[in-house]
Amino acid sequence: MPSTDDLKQRIEAAIPGSTADVTDLTGTGDHFRATVVAPEFAGMSRIEQHRRVYAVFGPDIGGPIHALSLVTKAEA
Amino acid sequence: MSATENPIRDEIQKAISEHEVILFMKGRPEQPMCGFSARTVAALDALGASYAAVDILPDPRIRQELSAISNWPTIPQLFVKGELIGGCDIVTEMYESGELRQTLGLEPLPDAPAEAPAAAEPGAPPLQIRNDLA
Repeated sequence: MPSTDDLKQRIEAAIPGSTADVTDLTGTGDHFRATVVAPEFAGMSRIEQHRRVYAVFGPDIGGPIHALSLVTKAEA
Repeated sequence: MSATENPIRDEIQKAISEHEVILFMKGRPEQPMCGFSARTVAALDALGASYAAVDILPDPRIRQELSAISNWPTIPQLFVKGELIGGCDIVTEMYESGELRQTLGLEPLPDAPAEAPAAAEPGAPPLQIRNDLA
């Protein structure tokens, strides 16, 4: 079962310079919310920003991670 | 790819191109089967938007093909004029900023704020629609 720390680390490792704040929405280790701040989001549409974060997890989204709610920003 | 090779994908493409506003969701608008789908429906309904809805639950291939087409892994997915607008987070954000009304081509309200999202139907299970959409 993924933890909030796992998700945070995977996002921050995959997206250079990013910071991720991850919470477990249900306390069941499968519905998460992440606020991700990354310089590379500047100039990207919201759709592209969210795709970028989803891409970090590939097939885990819809697998062990049932839901990942996102807020993305280029700067804090 | 010919029409016979992937009928489900072709059907989805056709639905997206034929409906100006179409929502792929879990359950039906009258009875969403997931909080994220419920919240997205609530935002659309609060604006009085008319939209087509497709329940992806009856066949797992619908979700698989939809995600392959849209390059978006989660449900719900809202399309306007053939283009993916986003999932629950983006739709909610756009609702709150007023952008959703614009994207849907709806007239701005004279002054009154958007109505609160409709409550779940009596008898329906609790949907946990967050009441912060208004």
